[in-house]
Amino acid sequence: MADVSLHGVAKSFGATEILRDINLSVDDGEFVVFVGPSGCGKSTLLRIIAGLESVSGGEIRIDKKRVNELPPADRKIAMVFQSYALYPHMNVYKNMAFGLKFAKTHKAEADRRVRQAAEILKLTPLLDRKPRELSGGQRQRVAIGRAIVRNPSVFLFDEPLSNLDAALRVNTRLEIAKLHRDLGATMIYVTHDQVEAMTLASKIVVLNQGRIEQVGAPLELYRSPRNLFVAGFIGSPRMNFIKGQVLRAEGSNVTIGFAGTEATLDVRPGSVNPGDHVTVGIRPEHMEAGGAESTSLRGTIDAVEQLGESSYVYMRLASGDDVIVRAPGETEATPGGTYTAHVPTRALHIFDAAGLSVLPDQS
Amino acid sequence: MTIRPGRIAVHIALILYTILALGPIFLILINAFKTRRAIFADPLGLPNGQTWTTIGFDRVFANSDFGLYFFNSLTVTIVSLVLIVLIGAMAAWALTEYRFRGNTILSLYLAIGIMVPIRLGSVSILRMMVELNLVNTLTALILVYVAQGLPLAILILGEFIQQIPKDLRDAARCDGVSEYRIFFSIILPLISPAIATVAVFTMVPVWNDLWFPLILAPGDGKQTITLGVQQFIGQYVTDWNAVLASLTLAIAPVLALYLLFSRYLVRGLTAGAVK
Repeated sequence: MADVSLHGVAKSFGATEILRDINLSVDDGEFVVFVGPSGCGKSTLLRIIAGLESVSGGEIRIDKKRVNELPPADRKIAMVFQSYALYPHMNVYKNMAFGLKFAKTHKAEADRRVRQAAEILKLTPLLDRKPRELSGGQRQRVAIGRAIVRNPSVFLFDEPLSNLDAALRVNTRLEIAKLHRDLGATMIYVTHDQVEAMTLASKIVVLNQGRIEQVGAPLELYRSPRNLFVAGFIGSPRMNFIKGQVLRAEGSNVTIGFAGTEATLDVRPGSVNPGDHVTVGIRPEHMEAGGAESTSLRGTIDAVEQLGESSYVYMRLASGDDVIVRAPGETEATPGGTYTAHVPTRALHIFDAAGLSVLPDQS
Repeated sequence: MTIRPGRIAVHIALILYTILALGPIFLILINAFKTRRAIFADPLGLPNGQTWTTIGFDRVFANSDFGLYFFNSLTVTIVSLVLIVLIGAMAAWALTEYRFRGNTILSLYLAIGIMVPIRLGSVSILRMMVELNLVNTLTALILVYVAQGLPLAILILGEFIQQIPKDLRDAARCDGVSEYRIFFSIILPLISPAIATVAVFTMVPVWNDLWFPLILAPGDGKQTITLGVQQFIGQYVTDWNAVLASLTLAIAPVLALYLLFSRYLVRGLTAGAVK
């Protein structure tokens, strides 16, 4: 088992900067998820840790040892690829045993490990099959099995579920979570799916345009996103953003006007001044929470989606902002009508002109 | 199921082409078993009781070292084939997989090799072989054929190697497989359809070539089968029985090799690798 740390890691292809100044530490046994939109550099970062890409700068340490110059095989890592990358001309058994042959593993030991991994992943009846004779889920399990037999200190997953259908994805997600509990190994997992990130991670790393936007536990990111990007990225449907302005400020207590209404709340002292333009963020699921200290937002309904357990009301406020309300249960709202949402003040997120959250640190 | 007119047209065209391609071979085969008189009197007729003869084959085996020529041709073809495929695949792998200085220039240089006919260099090749003391050796022929076959082989194999998902190589690298092993245990098996294609395309011209055997290895028992056939074609008299018989014998191995490789031509092996 091992920890992983990155110090000032940078990567550029020619003049294009893919990653810049990445600093991150992954503790032993942690399940870290890299999440971000496509092209944010998350896969590149994973491949750098694997040793499949070189870095343009910085240092990678695995188990406290600098591994910049080591080839993938010597880094005690195993990687599971999005495309599974099974050797098509070998059966399941050989696919899993292939790497062991070159790691100078004793034959009997290799056989024991392959059979054990097959047992864990319920692949035993499939050992003689070729990859083309397997379903997508089975192929993915073989790819995971190939990683397990190497007995790595760090598992690397590169979007392993994105080629599976929805039902299988949930299943495999649970299996990966269970695998992490059983093996206790450090795992780094790349995905663009925030649900995977929220459910699997003990720590989420949100990447955007080659930079780390925020690192934290899933709920920490949900509750107190550090900036507009993280706020918009974590949560589904995404957070509503409404333009606002600071009306009054007395120390940490400010009053913000937005969408024809106003709210008074605490921010970090001195972070905003009267007259500043800010962005107010409200999660759709908090739009209907109501409560003692709440603000009403009224608008015309554009569309309504009934999901049974909740309803999405798409509405346009008088200020011109489009927002989504996630109301619990069924709703009687109909397109064309008016709708009033009751937003509790404590559910408001305030971001300054640079897009950074001005709310006091909750940690 | 309805048959669209377009498909019929395609089939007609293909059938016509097949007839065109197989016709001469068929003529050689039937006439090889006919008497000389019958060959000229009725070239398109099948051999019957009166015209049937194997005199051509008897004469081929009696009057020439057919076995030796055959062996020479086979040696040259197979050794060239193995070298072209092996070196070609390795070069294609290197050119597509590794980024190094001069990569593009080298690829372009090889592409030019496809366009410039090697026969233009016959004189200098002959001079070189004389200096190297390789005249009248099979080595001379093999060297020339390898040079002739490599550019196209590298191009075709490179295209195929590029289609192999990059993840496969990366997975192998994570598995601790050496670059040589990746090439031999993963890349080569996966491009076997392409190798079959290259083998067929390379084999036929090598086997059929008359030019280089004629100038580089015309004697010393190093003649290839195409040269062997020539000895029955005289300036004044041509022994058609023997020519046709030796041609028939010469077709057999190409046909056998073709059938061997064509099994791989059709199917793709990468199914199931990814997604």
